[in-house]
Amino acid sequence: MANDHGDAGTPSGQAAHIGAHGHGARLDDATGTHTVGHEWDGIEELDTPLPRWWLMLFYTTIVFAIGYVVVYPALPGLHSASPGTLGWTSRGALAAEMKAADAGHAATRAAIAATPVEDLVRNTPLMRAAIEGGRAAFKVNCVQCHGAGAAGSKGYPNLNDDDWLWGGDIGAIHQTLQHGIRYPGDDATRASQMPAFGRDGILTAAQVQDVVSHVRVISGQEPASASATRGAAIFAANCAVCHGDAGQGNRLVGAPRLSDKIWLYGGDRATLTETVTNARGGVMPAWSQRLDPVTVKMLAAYVHSLGGGEAGPQADAAPIAAAPAAAAPAAPAP
Amino acid sequence: MESVLMRAGLWFAALVLAIIACALSVDWGFGVHMGICALAAGIGLIVTLRGGDFSAPAATGAAQSRYYDDVIRWAVIATVFWGMAGFMAGLWIALEMAFPVLNLGIEYINFGRLRPLHTSAVIFAFGGNALIATSFYVVQRTCRARLAFPGLARFVFWGYQLFIVLAATGYLMGITQGKEYAEPEWYVDIWLTVVWVSYLVVFAGTIFKRSEPHIYVANWFYLSFILTVAMLHLVNNAAIPVSWFGSRSIPLAGGVQGALIEWWYGHNAVGFFLTAGFLGMMYYFVPKQAERPVYSYRLSIIHFWALIFLYIWAGPHHLHYTALPDWAQTLGMVFSLMLWMPSWGGMINGLMTLNGAWDKLRTDPILRMFVMSLAFYGMSTFEGPMMSIKSVNSLSHYTDWTIGHVHSGALGWNGMVTFGALYYLVPRLWSRSRMYSIRMINWHFWLATLGIVFYAASMWVAGLTEGLMWREYGPDGYLVNSFAETVAAVHPMYVLRCLGGLMYLTGAAIMTYNITRTIRGSVQRDETPFGPITFNPARDVPIIPAAARLATSAN
Repeated sequence: MANDHGDAGTPSGQAAHIGAHGHGARLDDATGTHTVGHEWDGIEELDTPLPRWWLMLFYTTIVFAIGYVVVYPALPGLHSASPGTLGWTSRGALAAEMKAADAGHAATRAAIAATPVEDLVRNTPLMRAAIEGGRAAFKVNCVQCHGAGAAGSKGYPNLNDDDWLWGGDIGAIHQTLQHGIRYPGDDATRASQMPAFGRDGILTAAQVQDVVSHVRVISGQEPASASATRGAAIFAANCAVCHGDAGQGNRLVGAPRLSDKIWLYGGDRATLTETVTNARGGVMPAWSQRLDPVTVKMLAAYVHSLGGGEAGPQADAAPIAAAPAAAAPAAPAP
Repeated sequence: MESVLMRAGLWFAALVLAIIACALSVDWGFGVHMGICALAAGIGLIVTLRGGDFSAPAATGAAQSRYYDDVIRWAVIATVFWGMAGFMAGLWIALEMAFPVLNLGIEYINFGRLRPLHTSAVIFAFGGNALIATSFYVVQRTCRARLAFPGLARFVFWGYQLFIVLAATGYLMGITQGKEYAEPEWYVDIWLTVVWVSYLVVFAGTIFKRSEPHIYVANWFYLSFILTVAMLHLVNNAAIPVSWFGSRSIPLAGGVQGALIEWWYGHNAVGFFLTAGFLGMMYYFVPKQAERPVYSYRLSIIHFWALIFLYIWAGPHHLHYTALPDWAQTLGMVFSLMLWMPSWGGMINGLMTLNGAWDKLRTDPILRMFVMSLAFYGMSTFEGPMMSIKSVNSLSHYTDWTIGHVHSGALGWNGMVTFGALYYLVPRLWSRSRMYSIRMINWHFWLATLGIVFYAASMWVAGLTEGLMWREYGPDGYLVNSFAETVAAVHPMYVLRCLGGLMYLTGAAIMTYNITRTIRGSVQRDETPFGPITFNPARDVPIIPAAARLATSAN
C-alpha cells in the first residue's frame, strides 16, 4: 500500500528527503523522523511509515474476510446469494441442533407419552425424567404468574404447599393443567363462580363485615366476637354450601379452605371484605391448547414433585420403581 | 433596518404557522411540540425587535480579522449543560434498572421513556454540541479563515437546541417512531435536516474560503461525519406522516428491510457521529495539547479512507441470527473485522503523537484525559470487531455486555476526549490564562476513569453471566435457568454500575463547577501547581539523637 512509495520515513539521504517532502519539512529531534512539511495552526505531521505490525494485521483481517466469504454464504445475486463452500445456513444449523436435542429426548418422551399420568408417579426413573422436563417448561410458561420458585403471589397459588384448590394428586394437577381454570374456550375447564355478595345485594355491608369477622375467627386471626357470632349464621346460610360447615373448603368446586392461615388473596379484613363484596374468580389457561401432551404431563409431574403432591386414588398400589425409565411404560395397576 | 423588519416578519410568520399547527393538532403531543416551536419563534421575534444578536451589522473589517467564536462559546456551555442532563438521566435509569420501584408508577419517567432521553442527551445533545463547538473552532484555525456565514452558524446552534428540546420532550410524552437512536418523529426529522444542511454549508463554506493550501486531517473527519450523518438521517427516517398535524408516521421500509436500514443507520451513527467526528476532535486537540507533530501523515490518510469505506457496511452485525439473510450477516461480520486496524490507526496516530512528550503526562491532567480516551477508543474498537464475530455474538447479543461495550466507548472515548477539548477551549475562548483549577481537572480525570472501570467491568460480568445462564443446559438436556433468575443474578452488577455512573457524574459536576468559575472570572484557585517533584537531599536523612551523635564521633 502506501508503504511502497520508496520514501519511507527512515532518514536515508536527508537532502533527497527534504526535497521529496517539499518546503517546510524538517527533522524532528525527539523522534528522528522528518515532518511532511505541512503546518496548520502550529500542527505538523511526521512522515512516519505505516507501522509494519499494523499493516500486517490489516492484511490478515482482509485475507480472513476473503476466506470467510468463500466458505459461508456471502455474495448476493439477483435471486439468491453465493451458498459458500461449507453449505452452511443458519436455518440448517438451527434445524440440526433442534433435531439433535429432540433425538436426545425421544425415548423418554415416548415412554412418558405411553404412561398414564397416574402411573408416572410410581415409575421413579421416568418420573424423575418428567420432573426435569417439567422444570424447564415451568420456567418458560408458568413463572410469570406462579413465580420462579413456584411460591405464587396474590391471586396465584403457591404450588409448594399441600393446600390445593382443585386437588393435589397428579391426576387432578394434570386435569387442571390440561383444561385450565375458568378458561373460556375449553369445555372441560374447571369452573365455579363465587357470588359477589356485597355488590349484588345478597348481603348488606354490615352482614359482609360479620361474615369477615367469622372467617377471621375460624382462621384463628381474631378472638370470638358478637359480630363473628352473627357472621356464623350468615356463613352457614350463604357460604357453607361451597366452603363447608367449618370452612374446610371443597375441592369439587375449587372453594378454598378458610380455616387455615393460607390465603390466595389475603386474610386481612380489607382484602376479605373486597373478596366477599365483589367475589374472586382467577383464571388459568388450558395448557393443552398451547403445549404438547407430553410437556403438559411433565409439568404435572414437576408441580406434583414440589412438596405438596398427594397420593392418587390408587395410593395403595405397589411402587414399580425398578422399571427402567424408557422401556417401562404403563405398568397396569393391580 | 430593512433587515430587521424582514427577519421580524419571518419570525412572525413562523410564530403564526406554529400557532395554527398547534390549534389543528390531532394529538396532544404534537400540540405541545408546536407550542414549543411557537415559543421559540416568539423568543426569536422579541430578540430581533430588541435589536439583539440578529440585528448585528454585517461583519466589519475588524471583525473579519478575528475568528467567529460566539457560537463556539454557546456550544461549549450547551455541551456542559446537556452533558450533566444526560449523565443524570443515565444514573437515574441505572437506578431504575437496579431498583424498579424508582419508576414510581409515573409513565413520563419510566425506563422505556427515559432510556432514549438518556441516549439522545449524551450522544446528540452532549456529543453533538461538542462536535459543533470543536468543528467550528478547528475548521477556522486549521483553515486560517473566519467562519463562513456566521448568521447561519447561529441558526445551526439554536436550531439544533430546538431539535434537542423537541426530541427530549417527545420521549417523555411517548412520541417515538420506534427506531433506536432515531426516535423523533417526522416533523422533528425534517427540522433536523434543515439544521444539518445549514451545518454542512457553514463547515464546507469555511473550508472553501481557507487560506491554507491543504485541508487538515481533522477536517476530513469532520466533513465525512457531517456528510454521512445527513445521508443516514434522510434514508433511515423516510416515512409518510399519518396526518400533517399529528405525531405519527409510517416508515417507508418495514420488516427485515426496515431493520437492516435501521442498523445501517444505527451502526454508522456510532461510526461517523461518535468515531469519525470525535477523531476530528482528537486530531486537533491531541497534537495541540502535547505540542508535538502528528505521528504519521500516511497512517492518517490510509486509516481515514479505510475507516469510512469499511464502516458503512458493518451494520448487519447488529442483526446476527435474525431473519436477515445469511449473506448479509456474513458481510456485516467480515467488514466489522476488517475495521479493526483502520480504527486502531486513529489510536496509534493519537498515542504516538506523544512521542517526545510522554513526560507531560506527569504534570498535565488534560493530556491524561486525551491519552485515557485513546486507550478506551482502542479497547472498544477491538471489542467491537470481536463481538461482531458470529459465535461471540451468539453469547454477547442481547446481554449487558453490549451496554458495557457501548459505555467503554461513550464514557471512555467520547466523554474523555470531549472533557479534554473543553478544558483546552474554555480558557482560550474566554481569554483566561488557564482553567480555574488544574487540580480539579485531575480529580475529574480519576473519578471518570474509575467510574468507567466500575461501569464497564460490572457490565462485562453481567453480560457474560446472562449469556452463559441463558444457554446453560442441565444433564437432561433442558435449559436450566428462567429469565427471572438471570435478572436476579445480575442485580449486584446493576448496583455496581450505579456506583460507576455516580462517580462519572461527580467528575462531570466538578468540571461544571471548574468551567463555570473559569468563565465567570479570571480568579484562579489557590493550589499547589503540578510540576517537578521538589527534592532536597539535605533533608532526606535520618535525625540522629545527640547521644548517638556523640557515640558516632567517639568512634
